[in-house]
Parts: sequence; structure tokens; C-alpha cells
Amino acid sequence: MIESISIALEQPKHEPPTGWRRYFGFSTDHKVIGIQYLVTSFAFFLIGGLLSMVMRAELITPESDLLDRSLYNSMFTMHGTIMIFLWIFPSLVGLANYLVPLMIGARDMAFPRLNAVAFWLVPVFGILLMASFFLPGGTAQAGWWSYPPVSTQNPTGNLITGEAVWILAIAISGVSSIMGAVNFVTTIVRMRAPGMTYFRMPAYVWAVLSAQLIQLAALPALTAGAVMLLFDIVAGTAFFDPERGGNPVLFQHFFWFYSHPAVYVMALPAFGIFSEILPVYARKPLFGYRVVAVSSLLISVVSVLVWVHHMYASGTPGWMRMLFMFSTMLVAVPTGVKVFAWVATVWRGKLRLDTPMLFCLGAIMMFVFAGITGVMLASVPVDIHVNNTYFVVGHFHYIVYGTITMAMFAALYHWFPKITGRMYYEGLGKLHFVLAFVGTNLCFLPMHLAGLHGMVRRVSSYDPEFAFSNVLASLGGFLLGMSTLPFILNMVGAWVQGKPAPDNPWRAIGLEWMVSSPPPVENFEELPIVISGPYGYGKSEPLVSNEAALKPH
Amino acid sequence: MDSSITSEQSIQPALADVAHDHEAHDHAGNSMFGFIVFLLSESVIFLSFFAGYAMIKLTTPDWLPPGVEGLEVSAPTINTIVLVSSSFVIYFAERALKQNKLVQFRLLWLLTMAMGTYFLVGQAIEWRGLQFGLTTGIYGGLFYLLTGFHGLHVLIGILLQGLMLGRSLIPNNYANGHVGVDETSLFWHFVDVIWIVLFCLIYLWQ
Repeated sequence: MIESISIALEQPKHEPPTGWRRYFGFSTDHKVIGIQYLVTSFAFFLIGGLLSMVMRAELITPESDLLDRSLYNSMFTMHGTIMIFLWIFPSLVGLANYLVPLMIGARDMAFPRLNAVAFWLVPVFGILLMASFFLPGGTAQAGWWSYPPVSTQNPTGNLITGEAVWILAIAISGVSSIMGAVNFVTTIVRMRAPGMTYFRMPAYVWAVLSAQLIQLAALPALTAGAVMLLFDIVAGTAFFDPERGGNPVLFQHFFWFYSHPAVYVMALPAFGIFSEILPVYARKPLFGYRVVAVSSLLISVVSVLVWVHHMYASGTPGWMRMLFMFSTMLVAVPTGVKVFAWVATVWRGKLRLDTPMLFCLGAIMMFVFAGITGVMLASVPVDIHVNNTYFVVGHFHYIVYGTITMAMFAALYHWFPKITGRMYYEGLGKLHFVLAFVGTNLCFLPMHLAGLHGMVRRVSSYDPEFAFSNVLASLGGFLLGMSTLPFILNMVGAWVQGKPAPDNPWRAIGLEWMVSSPPPVENFEELPIVISGPYGYGKSEPLVSNEAALKPH
Repeated sequence: MDSSITSEQSIQPALADVAHDHEAHDHAGNSMFGFIVFLLSESVIFLSFFAGYAMIKLTTPDWLPPGVEGLEVSAPTINTIVLVSSSFVIYFAERALKQNKLVQFRLLWLLTMAMGTYFLVGQAIEWRGLQFGLTTGIYGGLFYLLTGFHGLHVLIGILLQGLMLGRSLIPNNYANGHVGVDETSLFWHFVDVIWIVLFCLIYLWQ
């Protein structure tokens, strides 16, 4: 009798995941899915990076001598598409998948199976996109924005063109993103642990919530545009054909109504990463936590009201230019608030310059630079001058590499001990940072110069007067390629034979650091009861009232 | 010692029940919340199409294809009345289910499906009688895109309703609430509201 009762009363015991096979199957554990996202997207990051190095090799001389011109068109189209839809989006979603349930004190996402389906769509459309290299006419060549009439041309006459496959891949990516967004919003709104009020959530969770709200509000516009574009290509409709009453600028509206806010879908989680990591390594609470949290939401609201600044040169009437110049510059207010909060957090802190902190500080420096060129681009006269030049290319690479990818690396180093249960090698990490920081600036800073002097983007040959900037940029690009080698060595080596990590190697404050490394399948033995706000550095109040009960005994 | 075990023994199943109920309830709530979030997002696709329609109609120099005067309104109006009325029928079906009147629920549910099917057939007949096709200028493309995309949603709604009708025959199907029926019904209202806007945009604003 007593024996049967003791069996009934026995708490379920969860072993930490050990089998590597689980990472290759249909797992519904948010932590496994998070790792699947991160590893898959990193593989595509390497492919996209190889394409960019081929382009930089072409651009090291003014003549078009390495590649066929239409192959060069394929290269930049695929490079942009891969980096945005197969590296930045899925890697950030993967990180959020891993961290959000842990940070809000939930056992999993709200819809675990939907989560797994959303992940498995990523390799599907990734492989689909790669397969378009083998089509008779090659891949899509209209750039990652696929403007008609360039994208609706079909010189080879095949029904299945690279462009059609591209649209299909983007559509699957959109389905996956919407599934993820519904899941994240439901999880964050409804699955928070007892006592985890909105203003006790870490700033990273606020950033993810804001980013996913943007996905829900803006992504359907791109879907609408893509459906119409596909009909134009495959069925011969006239939506974007001006000769038959259509309007190509309408596509630009659809595209940028999503793709400008998409920049904030990518940047907001990076901002969230800064807000998480800086307090840990400065041993100070995040300065102005509530303002930082609300500014994320403000950014997502303003971000859907600025899209026409991409279209100043598309026959946009003057009043619209003025309106969107104003709204675009308005974004600088909440982002400026964040930058000041980060600087104030670091100010007079006891800084510990470990790899994650170095990546954060480097990324914030480059983000400030990108923010300044961003305000320049928002201004109509400057934008008309540098429209479609390398100035724009340099600007957004400071965002997507200098800020977001660097933030991603910071996050990967910072949470690596938690995710794998191993410590990474600090020396290799610092080497990676130095190479990446120098490489980013060497590659993308000279582009601004070339752009200001009038070098247009998306061409494989250029005037010899731009040769100096391009040689520098190419050297920087190759350096960036090299910089991923110590990273891969570090991650793989440490995962296989690194020092076992303690539960909380950084003495960080947060629910994810209160469970074992790696966390058990159900995350928490008992759900945490949160009794204070995040970032209690230098204060003595505990974060939860039942810390001892979170881990199995 | 012994008494403490017996008290735990008596409490334990009750607690487990509460926890299970709580979890099931929470799951249904999450599902409904997620579904509403999804519908809000889905409505943005329609809003984009509507905005595109309005923008092109207001700016294009050649709107109607040559030889086309406009759309006939009376048959679509009857269609509209049927579709909008079905929203009320499905509401009463849902209410019957909440009062555990299963037979009444199934009858009203079937009636909703029939009204939805009537709408689709009516639209197909209208399409067949038109003098322009999908590729006839910008007007043909937009007309078929908007009505077709909405019709696809009506079809999905009817299929969902069929699924729910089949599930209602499974014994004990509603032991954990009827969130599936609630969601299908909400989807149907969504499809109706979209149609009202679409009807005003395409048929009334000519």
C-alpha cells in the first residue's frame, strides 16, 4: 500500500537531453527546436557568406572579369535573400524559442507542435531556394526586393523560373513566420509564471513581443504582393503591368510595408540582447528598464508608418515625402532612448570584458554609426543623392552585420554555457571579436565613401575611381569570412570537450540561470513564483520566492 | 506518519484533477487566443488587397475592360443576404451546443454549411456569366483575385464546419469544452465581415 502511494507521489524525473538524434527529428521541446533553428540558420549563413565573398572577389577589380553578369545578379539576389530569410530571421527566432519560455517561467511554448512545424518549414524552403540554382534559367535575379517589371520578365520562357521558386520560398517562409509569431505572442501573453507581470519581464522578452507583433501586422502585406506578383508571372495578369492598367509602384508599397518593419523584427531582438547582456557584465541594473521596455513597443508602432522612405525616388508626391521623412526620423527617438539607456547602464559599472560584452559594445558602436547614416537616408535631399548607391549598402550592412549579427554572436557566447552545459574558450572568442570588428568596419565603411561618390549598387563592373574603396571592402569581406573560423572551432570544440559549465557561470540574474545547464525537458521542477523585477544587480531582493524548488532535488 | 499519508492520499487525486482541468482550460484559452491573433493577421492580407484595389481604381487611366459596363448587382445581393444570415444561424447552432442540444446543433450547423455552399455556387454561376477573365486588363485580375481569395476562405470555412460536424459524432467529444466549434464559428463571422466590405468595394462602388 505504502509502496504504491510512494510511486504515485514520486515526482517525475527528467534527464537532461543527451541523445544527439533528437536534434534531427520532429521534437516539440522548445529548447531542441531553438537549437535546430540556430544550427540550420548558421549553415545558411555560411552559404550566404560564401556568395558574398565571391561577389567581393569580383569587385576587387573594376572590370567584370570573374563572373558572368547574370550570374552576378543571381549572387546578390540569393545573398540578400539567404541572409535575411535564412540567417537573421530563423537565428533570432531560434534564440527566442530557446530563451522566451525559460525567461517567463513557462515549461514550453503555447503550441509545441505548431512550433516544430514552423521550424521544419525552414529547411524546406531553404533547400527549395538552393535548388533554383539548378533551374535552366538560374535563380531569381531581380534583387531581394523583386521589383516588377524586372522580376516579371521571363527571357527563357520556362514556366518554373527562378523568380517563381523564389516567391514560393518566400511564401513558405511567411507561413513559418506567422506560425511562429502567433505562438510567441500567445506564449508571452498567456504563459507567464505566477507573479511575472509585464513589467517584470526581461527587456529581451519585450523586444521579442514587439518584433512578433510587427510580423503579424505587416507580413501579410508582403504575402498579398507576392500572390499578385506570382499571378503576373505565371498566369499573365496585369497587376503590376502599366501597359494594361496595372501599377508597379503598388508592389513597392506592399513590399516595403512589410520589409521596412522587418528591419525592426530583426533589430528589436538584437536590442533586447544588449539589454540583457550589458547589466550582467557591468554588474548594474538596466538603466530605465520600463522606458526601454516600452520603447520597443513604440518602435514597432512607428515602424509600420515609415515605409515610403524607400520610395522617395519612385515618383512619390512631395507631401508624402515630407510626411514619411518626418515619421522616419521619429524612429530615432525611441532608439535613441535605448542607446542612452545602454550607455548609462555601462557608465561607471564594474565592467568585465568577456567575449559577449565585447561583441555587445562593438555592436552598439556600429549601431550608433548606422543610426546616424540612417537619419541621413531618411532625409529626402540626401536620399535622392545616394539612392541605389553603395552608401545604402554600407548603411544596412552596419545594421545587419555590425549590429544584428554581432548581437547574435554575443548572445550565442553568453548563453552557450546554458544551452550546451559547456564553457566556450575565451581566447578564441576574443580573437573572433577582433577579426569580426575589424572586418566589419573594413568591409562596410569604404562602401559609404564609394556611394557618396556615386557608385551604384548591384553592378559587377565600375569606374576605376572607386577601385581603392572596393579593394579595402573586399579585404574586409575576406577578413569577415576568416573570422567565422575561430567561431566554428570554438563552438564545436567546446561543445564536444569544453569544461562543464556551472548553472550560472556569469552570476547573472534571470530565471534561465536558476535551472541546470542545460535545463531539463520541462524547464522547471516547480513553476517559479516571481516576486521582483529583472536586473536586481547590486540589490539584495530575490527574484523568486521558491528558488530551491525550481531544480529537481 | 500514517495519518499524514492518508491525508495526502485523499488530497492528491483532487489536486491532480484541478491541475488537469486547469491545464485543459488553459489549453483551450491559448488556442482561442492564438486563433484570434491569427485572424487579425489574416485580415491584413484582405486589407492590403482592398487598399491595392482602391489605389488602382482611383489612379488608373483604363479601369473597365472595353465592352464591359459594370457588374450586375441583384444576384450578388441575394448571395450576400444568404451569407450574412448564415452568421446568425451558426450563432444559434453554437448556442444549442452550449445547452447540450446536440440534434438541434447539428441541424443548424448543416443549415450553415448549406447556406455557405449556396453562396459558393452562386458565385460560380456569376463568374461563368461574366464577359471578362482573369487576364482581361487590371480590372479582371483584381475582381477575380478579391472574390476568389474570399471564396477560398468560404470553402475553408465549410470544410472546417464539416470536420466539426464529423467530430460531434464522436462520443464524449465535448468533455474538454468545444473550442474547435467556437473557432470555426468565429472564422465564419470573419469571412462574413470581409464579404460585406468586399461587396461594398466591388459591387456598390462602381
